[in-house]
Amino acid sequence: MADTTPVMEGIDESLAVERSGFEVVYEWVTTVDHKKIGLMYIAYALIFLVIGGLEATLMRIQLAVPNNHFVSPQVFNQLFTMHGTTMVFFMGMPMLFGFGNYLIPLMIGARDMAFPRLNAFSFWVSAFGGLLLYFSYFGASGLYGAGSAPDVGWFAYAPLTAKAFSPGHSTDYWTLAVFLSGIGSIGTALNIVTTTICMRCKGMKMSRMPLLVWLYLVMSSMVFIAVGPLTAAQIMLTLDRYVGSHFFDTQAGGSAVLWMHYFWIFGHPEVYILVLPAFAFANEIVPVFSRKAIFGYPAMVAASIAIGFISLSVWAHHMFTVGLGPAGNTFFVFATMTISVPTGIKIFNWLATIWGGKVHFNVPMMFCVGFLFQFLIAGLTGIMLSVAPFDWQVSASYFVVAHFHYVLVGAIVFALFGAFYYWYPKATGRMMSETLGKWHFWLFLIGFHLTFDFMHIPGLLGMPRRIYTYDAGRGWEMWNMIVSIGAIFQIIGVGCFVFNMVHSHYRGKIGGHDPWDAWTLEWATSSPPPSYNFAIEPTVHSRRPLWDLKHPEDPDSDYE
Amino acid sequence: MMNTASTIPIDAQLEPPWVLPNRGTVGMVCLIVAEAAIFMIFFVSYIFYLGKSLTGPYPAQVLELPIFSTICLLSSSFTVHFAVSSLRKGKFRNCTIGLAATVLLGSLFLLETAREWYHLIHDEGLTIRTNLFGTTFYSLVGLHATHVLVGLIMLSIALGISLGGRMKEAHSERLEVLSLYWHFVDSIWVAVFLVVYVIGR
Repeated sequence: MADTTPVMEGIDESLAVERSGFEVVYEWVTTVDHKKIGLMYIAYALIFLVIGGLEATLMRIQLAVPNNHFVSPQVFNQLFTMHGTTMVFFMGMPMLFGFGNYLIPLMIGARDMAFPRLNAFSFWVSAFGGLLLYFSYFGASGLYGAGSAPDVGWFAYAPLTAKAFSPGHSTDYWTLAVFLSGIGSIGTALNIVTTTICMRCKGMKMSRMPLLVWLYLVMSSMVFIAVGPLTAAQIMLTLDRYVGSHFFDTQAGGSAVLWMHYFWIFGHPEVYILVLPAFAFANEIVPVFSRKAIFGYPAMVAASIAIGFISLSVWAHHMFTVGLGPAGNTFFVFATMTISVPTGIKIFNWLATIWGGKVHFNVPMMFCVGFLFQFLIAGLTGIMLSVAPFDWQVSASYFVVAHFHYVLVGAIVFALFGAFYYWYPKATGRMMSETLGKWHFWLFLIGFHLTFDFMHIPGLLGMPRRIYTYDAGRGWEMWNMIVSIGAIFQIIGVGCFVFNMVHSHYRGKIGGHDPWDAWTLEWATSSPPPSYNFAIEPTVHSRRPLWDLKHPEDPDSDYE
Repeated sequence: MMNTASTIPIDAQLEPPWVLPNRGTVGMVCLIVAEAAIFMIFFVSYIFYLGKSLTGPYPAQVLELPIFSTICLLSSSFTVHFAVSSLRKGKFRNCTIGLAATVLLGSLFLLETAREWYHLIHDEGLTIRTNLFGTTFYSLVGLHATHVLVGLIMLSIALGISLGGRMKEAHSERLEVLSLYWHFVDSIWVAVFLVVYVIGR
């Protein structure tokens, strides 16, 4: 089937001459091509994934046994701050924007993003933000204090961030890094929305867009409303620290709770900003490997938009222990529970897509099944935590840590790995090894469940998050040991993945332009796609343009 | 089997012409939404801290209604619209006049703000560190004034191009995108005026 798909001719690049290393670097640094920028986003995010993972590993070594002195309390504070900030702002966001950048123009039959130079600007601003964050290790207190990094936690509650409690410049580096990352995110989100609305090829109505594009549209619209408050709050914090204003200064009548509101107005939609692209990957991978069109396309779109709206009104469930009062608590309990309805619709639609399909268990599909299962469990503990009285008992404990890592790792990272295996042949022209991929999947799955299933238990037993060590005899030792052992499996799994990517780049099986017999437009052009993607602008007549091409006797457009 | 996607046999006549929105307009609308979210947080801070300053001066003692600057900024919305519609009709001289009037009115607004700030800082001794009123007032009004300044710089560039006689009808879409930004800055001023000078006083 795969080798009968017609390929749209790309622009002939065979005349390109051999170039020196300097010219290649110059081309990548100055490029405005959406595919190159997308790949740079992904590479940069992968580097930060490894750095953030190492920080997590150091924390797990410290916590594996009671009364450990592997790292000092100060270093431990820096580790969890840097781990959280890195993973959210410099791994999650750039990784998802990288995939969006690479895939969206290809999927809607466009030649580039709407604003290619803004695209390059956004990437470099985010990249410099990440460098600034890590420069704090060297520059935060000048050379005397080398080794000082931000240690205020990833949500940096006031008044700990005030000049009096966080002297030196480490908090300033954190603020600046997050601010720059926000500017880059808003720029890229603006680009994605504009590209989706204004650059679709002929016939690609909104109702025919691949679901991935729909989800990125919703996610990018949320970025405007969620990242704006974070940017504003960072401006206020900088003013407080440098000019002496009093936004979060309780001595002058300012409010520390206001910062919590501002941060979580960003912080909770951010979780959905990160998870919507994961849904997007599953939306593309699950139908292709079930050999069925997605079940309930309009319901999927409606559910995504509903998630976008509801997620803007749930932030204060991070603040039940602040004392919002019964009215506030009740509102946020119900708003939070409501969001499980559209997410439930999505899970049922994915199951209905798999149901009765001819399921192929290739590595991308395995990761997607893992994603489905773990996202369900993460959602269930989420509903538990949305109940304010339960939250009062376990807030800021390892139960919460286990819950959100179930979402971030169990759902998002699993879907992300699936996306890597699925689109790698498109970006490089070669397949990733299935054998190594299965090793990666099973090792990572075992490691994930050892770590994050068992992390719930010390939380229920009362172990607070962010403590650097604990006494023996509280019943936490065995659980912490299991959690730390799980980390070893995950590291080996990710090692398989990294080796697989590098090895397959040189030795992988040639994939051809459409190795999975898929249906969306990115598989219609050659692998890797040529500059400007499509020599002739494609025309589509249904949600699965390649199905129509491969089956002219029974096109989808007859049924939609 | 066909060779290219462009040969799928569907009646071309049945399809309506394929028109998509202008990307400059959509991009600017996105930027405006993001900026509005940023302003929203500064507005919330201002309203939340109303009357919570521990020491004076308080808004009622030092703020005066900025009638003149409000008239300047609001009327500049009309002049920039006049410039855009003139350009679309090909009346380049009117376009130049409209842009020049907009730049003039915007500059008058900024000068008025500078005068107000000089009065507040020099005569009343209110700075951003004095109290919560100073903190929220200078940050909100200052953020707005920064946006006015950015708009003025871009409008001045457009004015320079227009004076040089190189502004053509083909540029009317771009000028319209710029005018969208200017209208946004204007409407934010309406909110600032209401919150800071009417309700907050």
